[in-house]
Amino acid sequence: MIHDDIKSDLLGLYERAWESFGMLVLELPADRLLALVRRLKDDFGFDLLLDVTAVDFPERRPRFEVVYHLYSSGNNLRVRLKTRVEEASPRVPTLSHWYGAARFLEREAHEMYGIRFAGNDDLRPILLYEGFEGHPLRKDYPIDREQPLVPYRK
Amino acid sequence: MAMMEFLTTRKDELVGWVRKFSLFPYPFVTACCGMEFMSVSSTLYDTDRFGAALPRFTPRQSDLLMVVGTITHKEAPVIKKVYEQMCEPKWVMAFGACATSGGFYRNYAVLQGVDKVIPVDIYVPGCPPRPEMVIDAIMKLQDKIAGERHPILPFEKQKDREA
Repeated sequence: MIHDDIKSDLLGLYERAWESFGMLVLELPADRLLALVRRLKDDFGFDLLLDVTAVDFPERRPRFEVVYHLYSSGNNLRVRLKTRVEEASPRVPTLSHWYGAARFLEREAHEMYGIRFAGNDDLRPILLYEGFEGHPLRKDYPIDREQPLVPYRK
Repeated sequence: MAMMEFLTTRKDELVGWVRKFSLFPYPFVTACCGMEFMSVSSTLYDTDRFGAALPRFTPRQSDLLMVVGTITHKEAPVIKKVYEQMCEPKWVMAFGACATSGGFYRNYAVLQGVDKVIPVDIYVPGCPPRPEMVIDAIMKLQDKIAGERHPILPFEKQKDREA
């Protein structure tokens, strides 16, 4: 199976690999992300970046997990990449040089979780608005906090 | 004196009658309640029977702002500006649970009811409301319009409701 080819060929670039509902999941350190994605793109035809998101584990160290989903349209195959980043400096390299979708997906992960994507110079708010303080999908963001743009009527 | 009192009453009733049967809705549609707006505006339910069809897509030609769907904080300045661009007299219908109270979106992004930023004359519950509920709301609004004072003033003397 192509999962086994990916695992054996990319040995050394990831730390753990497992299957999740038929999808290959690779866990890797952030400094090997670019090398691994380049191999997946060039050698295994992963031509589409489906999603970039993050998960907040407040009680864990490192706190944030950055999750990527890549898709190979030729092989009809998806792969999930996970990397961990610290709360103090939640930084991963950008993939926007290879995938145009990363320019937009990284903006959402940035505003919702505070992950910084080194090399992506356009991390403006994409769903929220200028002046929004904090990162609402972090689990310590107060659930009932509102930041109105228009003052409320009496 | 008797003639003056008589004329005052008749003028307001007359103007109120005219206005309640010539509502021009501005559908501010942001979410799935728009499906029900389409239903209630179409042939079967036919808001034209109530003189409240003919949606206008510029606020300057409308006098009934229908807020149909969820309003986020990002969108609140937009809807406030739309409201300010409408000429007096004007009325606002909060169409459905989201426009009325934020619906089930109790989160960082959703305005908990459009009446937090603009005055609302009638609230329609439902997620989404059935067309019959919208028709009932239009009829209640028409009763309110019929019972209102309708001063005929030069433009400079007109005042926004908030002022």
